[in-house]
Amino acid sequence: MSIVVFSSLLFLTSITAGFLGALTGLGGGVVIVPVLALLFKVDIRYAIGASLISVIATSSGAAVAYVREGLSNIRIGMFLEVATTLGALLGAYLMSRISSHWIVIIFGIMLLYSALSSYRKRSEHASNSIESPLAKKLELSGTYPGVHGSEAYVAQRVPLGFGIMFVAGTLSGLLGIGSGAVKVLAMDQAMKLPFKVSTTTSNFMIGVTAAASAGIYFAHGYIDPGIAMPVMLGVLGGSLIGTKILVKTSTTNLKSFFAFVLLVLGCEMIYSGITGRI
Amino acid sequence: MSKPTDHDIDMSVSRMLLVGVTLAAGVVLTGGLLYVRHPWVMIPDYTHFSTGGATRTTIAGVMDGLVHMNPKSIIEFGLLLLIATPVARVVFCVIGFARQKDKLYVLISSVVLVILLYSLTKGLR
Repeated sequence: MSIVVFSSLLFLTSITAGFLGALTGLGGGVVIVPVLALLFKVDIRYAIGASLISVIATSSGAAVAYVREGLSNIRIGMFLEVATTLGALLGAYLMSRISSHWIVIIFGIMLLYSALSSYRKRSEHASNSIESPLAKKLELSGTYPGVHGSEAYVAQRVPLGFGIMFVAGTLSGLLGIGSGAVKVLAMDQAMKLPFKVSTTTSNFMIGVTAAASAGIYFAHGYIDPGIAMPVMLGVLGGSLIGTKILVKTSTTNLKSFFAFVLLVLGCEMIYSGITGRI
Repeated sequence: MSKPTDHDIDMSVSRMLLVGVTLAAGVVLTGGLLYVRHPWVMIPDYTHFSTGGATRTTIAGVMDGLVHMNPKSIIEFGLLLLIATPVARVVFCVIGFARQKDKLYVLISSVVLVILLYSLTKGLR
């Protein structure tokens, strides 16, 4: 294939992935890797390298819009980034150690998890029932504009949330994705943060987490400019369009459809990994 | 100098992110257009990952390629700018927390910064 055809096809695919990823809140990276690997027959390590770059771009791009709404909590984000960046170093190290087949299988499992978790109901309400001494010491609290005016929240079960974030960081470094689904698990389910706060804070953390793996990815040559260029520009462009449209449309049906696509891709990845086709 | 609120830190970070991402995307796009200027060149074999010296990215290598207007090096320079953006975000937070005299969070954000710099200096030498 010539470079102009390859770059154009990759660019168009990435725009679509970024657009759907932003509309459904599932992220573009999680779909671009299987498409590159299964459709374009690109080695999984190059695919993951390009995805990691696109993750940094979309996280920083979307954060601009989120920050203006004043919902993210920089202290909770920064505290948890200690866990995600350490995890990201471990994940990037593991990636250079384990075989492609295993990476593909783990990626497939992660796709299934992302798809299934998108059906889970998320709590709108903050929890401030238990006064946790650790959360108080670490200033992990805040207020957000709720339905009935300003509502206060305090982070619960801080060590558990920190632990899950370490796992999220490891998966991010190993698979080149934002691992938003696992971050949401830590912040919504474990720390009981209101979902508007956890979504924006998680988005903020994704860029920093991915940057922690990027140095190691470069060192191993996983980031090829010929692949990363169209993927980064496409996913960034697509997600910016998606974020603009998001405000106006209901996305329930689209989300179910996209989750189904992820399920299919996940099964295909696991099958390909086990049979050794990838 | 008055103490900045969390929202002030957020706003300065937001402006910085916008500049960083726009700049990085512009450089990558420029490199990309130069990269496809000979449209019928065939792509390298991407089906199997090849490890080795030629594919490694180093700062010195990128700078050397920039001087010669090598399209791949221009793209890589844009990618480095992109990676620098979240790192700069953490630096902004360290400064913001320092101005708030929040010692605990100066420490926490410094730890994150050290982890990031460790990865980048280890990787890009």
